[in-house]
Parts: sequence; C-alpha cells; structure tokens
Amino acid sequence: MREGCALVTGAAGGIGAAIATGLAADGWPVGINYRSDAAGAEGVAERIEDAGGKATTLAGDLCANGTADALFEQLEGRYGPVLVLVNNAGMRADGLSPQLADDQWDQVLETNLSAAFRTTRRALRPMLKARFGRIINVASVVGMRANAGQANYAASKAGLIGFTKTVAVEVARRGVTVNAIAPGFVETKLTEGVGNGLVDAIPARRVGTPEEIAACARFLASEDASYVTGTTLTVDGGLSA
Amino acid sequence: MTTEQVTTDRVEQVIFDGLAEVGAERDAINRDASFEDLDVDSLDLVEIAQIIEDEFGVELEGDAVADLTNVGQVIDLVVARSQS
Repeated sequence: MREGCALVTGAAGGIGAAIATGLAADGWPVGINYRSDAAGAEGVAERIEDAGGKATTLAGDLCANGTADALFEQLEGRYGPVLVLVNNAGMRADGLSPQLADDQWDQVLETNLSAAFRTTRRALRPMLKARFGRIINVASVVGMRANAGQANYAASKAGLIGFTKTVAVEVARRGVTVNAIAPGFVETKLTEGVGNGLVDAIPARRVGTPEEIAACARFLASEDASYVTGTTLTVDGGLSA
Repeated sequence: MTTEQVTTDRVEQVIFDGLAEVGAERDAINRDASFEDLDVDSLDLVEIAQIIEDEFGVELEGDAVADLTNVGQVIDLVVARSQS
C-alpha cells in the first residue's frame, strides 16, 4: 500500500459515501468531505473505522475560496499526501432553460465543475511529486445525453468530462491517471423524485446502486487501472447504449 | 518550506537538482542551458516551480515562467523574488 490517502468530496451519503467506504476497504485512509451533513459524514467515518479502516471527516464548502487548500492541509497533516482524489460533490437545481435563474446556473456550475478544478489543481502537487495519482471525477450520463430541465447540470457534467480528458493528457507521463465515471440513474438523495417512470427505459430494468458506482471507482483507483486515463466509464444499465 | 537563507548558489543547486529529477542530463545542466536543450517541457517546469516554492516560498505563476527560456533566467528570477 502506498503511503498516502484518499479524499472523496461530497461523501456524507450516496455515491460519495459508498466510494469512501470502498476505498477504505482497499486500505486507503480516507478524508470524507461534506458541506452540511455532519451526521452523515460521521456515520460514514464510524462505519469505516468499525470495519478496520481509517477515516476522518472534513467540513468545507468547496465553492468557497481557500477551502480546497485547507482540506488538503488537514488531510495531509493526518495521513500524508493525497494520492487518490474523487470529485463527487454535486448538486442539482432543475428548471427549463427559459426560466433558469442566474443563481441556479452559477451554483450548479460552481459545485459540480469549478470545485473539481480547485481540488484537482491542489491534488496534482503531491501526485506529480509521487509519480502516482488517481483522480476520479463523478460525472453523469446527463453530461453526454439530453435531459430536459437540467441544462445547468448537463453543462457542468459535460464540462467535467472535457476537463477530465485534458488534465489526463497533461499529467499522464507522471503516473497520474484522470478518469470520469458517468452514472446513470442511481438511487440517492440527489435523484429523489427524478425518473420515476424511467426504469422502463433502462435495459437493465432497474436503477443502479451506489456500491456499483463505487466498484468502478475502486478499480480506477487501483494499480490495475494504471493504463486507463482520460476516459469516461459509463455505468447506467445500458441506458446510453 | 525551509527557512534557509536564499543565496544564488543555493537556488542554483536546488534548480539543478530539480532539473535532474525531472530527467535532464546532469552534465548538460548549467546556467546557459536552454530548456529545449535539456528536453524540459512545461510540465517539468511546473514541477520545478513547486520545488522552488517548497524550498524558498517563492511562487512562480504560469505567466512568470512562460517567457523564460534558460536555466539562468529562472535562477535570477527566484533570487530576485526572494529578495523583494
């Protein structure tokens, strides 16, 4: 096991919590970032520790200036360099384009895309030095296909995919891989109320689970995935096929 | 970040070591060597900038480094910034 740790943003529940739990099971000490759900984050950390892993919670709104640097300093002081970064923090603020307000657009882009840029910029420092790194961006199938009412969300996730590819080629020769995962419909707080009639459109005839997404993140974070970079792994039960 | 006194000799040593670390031929590294001669590209310079920041607390933004073409220019810039 390399000396270092993992940071998962937005890990108080849902996909982020599942990824944090999975990485901890693989031996990574994990930083569990959350914005407001302290109880959720503490619960994830407790379950990880009860299972023999190491975890710490990190409060912080990644949209605020300086938060990314502060989180990294805290985590590095405790567990060493951050060698796995999972940009999972995300939000929705849906509405049809003619009626989307500026703040609905701005907040979604800031949280889903700009925050990922800030954490990635900071994470590349230890990763380049270590000649090893894994950056995993949790995008969405909505970043690749239309979903009415989510122009802001779609733009942020499409942006995340483009960002993934370019950063990947910038740093590939230093042993740092950068990939995206594009989940389809996964039952979490973020998808509550979305897609009630959509299961019939999914070839697998069911929604996905956070653990299924986490399994993909664990693979991308592993040594086995060292030749996988700049790609987007779609995990959607065949929806995009 | 260390609190070592920033001398030209010390900056030169750190930068020369940094260049070797990113793959430049030791024998080819000197003040007059161009980055092209040393096969040092922009990602290598990002790493050098990080080494410089860690050692001397001097930040070299992308704009500051973009126009530099040889090792001596970097040394002189770091020394100048450390004294301002």
